[in-house]
Amino acid sequence: MNLQTIQARLPEINQAMLETFAMIGVAIPLAVLLGTPLGIWLWSHAPAGLKPTPKSHAVVSTVVNMVRSFPFLILLIAIIPFTRLIVGTSVGTAAVIVPLTINAIPYFARLVEQNITQLGTGAVEASRAMGATRGQIIRHVLLVDAKPAIIGSITITTVSFISYSAMSGLVGGGGIGDLAIRYGYYRYETETMVVACVLMVLLVTVVQYSGTRLVRFTDKRVTA
Amino acid sequence: MISLRRVSTTFAAGKKEPIAAVDDVSLEIPAGSIQGIIGFSGAGKSTLLRNINLLERPTSGEVWIGDTELTGLNAEGLRRARHQIGMIFQGFNLVNNLTVVQNVELSLKFAGVKDPRQRRRRAAEALEIVDITDKTRNYPAQLSGGQKQRVAIARALATKPQVLLCDEPTSALDPFTTATVLQYLADINAEFGITVVVVTHEMEVIKALADNVAVMEAGRVVEQFPATDLLREGFSPTTSIGKYLVSDGISLNRRKHTSSETDFDAIVDELDAAGPEPGARPWDPTRARENKIFAAVEGGLR
Repeated sequence: MNLQTIQARLPEINQAMLETFAMIGVAIPLAVLLGTPLGIWLWSHAPAGLKPTPKSHAVVSTVVNMVRSFPFLILLIAIIPFTRLIVGTSVGTAAVIVPLTINAIPYFARLVEQNITQLGTGAVEASRAMGATRGQIIRHVLLVDAKPAIIGSITITTVSFISYSAMSGLVGGGGIGDLAIRYGYYRYETETMVVACVLMVLLVTVVQYSGTRLVRFTDKRVTA
Repeated sequence: MISLRRVSTTFAAGKKEPIAAVDDVSLEIPAGSIQGIIGFSGAGKSTLLRNINLLERPTSGEVWIGDTELTGLNAEGLRRARHQIGMIFQGFNLVNNLTVVQNVELSLKFAGVKDPRQRRRRAAEALEIVDITDKTRNYPAQLSGGQKQRVAIARALATKPQVLLCDEPTSALDPFTTATVLQYLADINAEFGITVVVVTHEMEVIKALADNVAVMEAGRVVEQFPATDLLREGFSPTTSIGKYLVSDGISLNRRKHTSSETDFDAIVDELDAAGPEPGARPWDPTRARENKIFAAVEGGLR
């Protein structure tokens, strides 16, 4: 392995890591912020939910499925006009954040919907019997009991979208995955590719490890 | 006083005829009394209990608690009324990620008690009633079944309700723990005058706790009697289901039975081969088929 090549690429590797952090650091919090209420909505307006509205549920559910079924590369291209409208450009890191977020919101919403469904109906039923409002049930019961599972979902989403962000090269978005493709794949700089891949593995490992720890720390369903 | 007036609850069953879980039930429960509702699984007793606080809104009929007609309230009015109706469940239904005291505080939070110190004080008081004072910072997973049910009772009591609804409160508990939980329910009734309604399939629970008994079958209350009658020599309920429920319980023939005596499958096959009786509905409220099987099995075991 040629250390000099790696040394020469260090500034670019640094830059790529920053870009990855920027993409994930904006897209994931936005997905959590918008996907959580969407997931709760999907759960509570489902035919068996807290406030069943089967027709609007079917519409929203279909839209969610549609966005989710787009391969990320296609979505990236397809929504370029929208991206330009939001961030003023269709190239660069900022331009990748838009499709990443658009893709991550329904992805995360489905996970949250699952997390809540799996809680069972007991505590919700007890809360209804206690005269709780729907908002109170969501805030004080569902989100409290689903918290560990939702943290797990944030971990899964982050790891998936670190991988998705590697496709950002198509619109010049940068990031560590893109670096691996550009230098490693197109220019046969194996050293750079290896370093980039090792960094990605480390990044994913750190995210997964912290996520798992946090889930274990917040989950009180089993005694330690 | 709880008053159920001609309450019916039907559930849609797809394209089939709707199922009447509760069928034209009228029941008066005196204030401060303990009412037992007993019946087999599927008799509609849990649905009837859930009709009282409208967790399951009746399809028709009226539900009154004191001077308030719950069935006539809007959503907000019903929510307020529910603060006065505690409920406990077979599965306890605690919030697993909240501590014991936080679980009890939840009912106060829902009832609009805004001051956290007041909530904590009242939760502690409620937990004292059920003698849980040293585990208030534990999580439900760290408690036994009986302790969880006591926490659920404290949660229901914290808002000082007039009524306590109990849905199979001891069905998940062993006999000793059952006795403990029932004692707390009896104490609460005696001390605070709370009207208690207990749904159960365990006659022991009714004998130990209830003032009055309603026997349910196929969505109907088929008979009612004061629980003291159960202790009276020579008392016998009038319906077969009532009789079964007051009998000594399960008795099996331990001698190896011959297939002709108790070939349950043969009995069922025979009945199925005969087909439904003329004019029978898909869902048979008289349970003729079940009763025949039951009688045949009983005959075989004798």
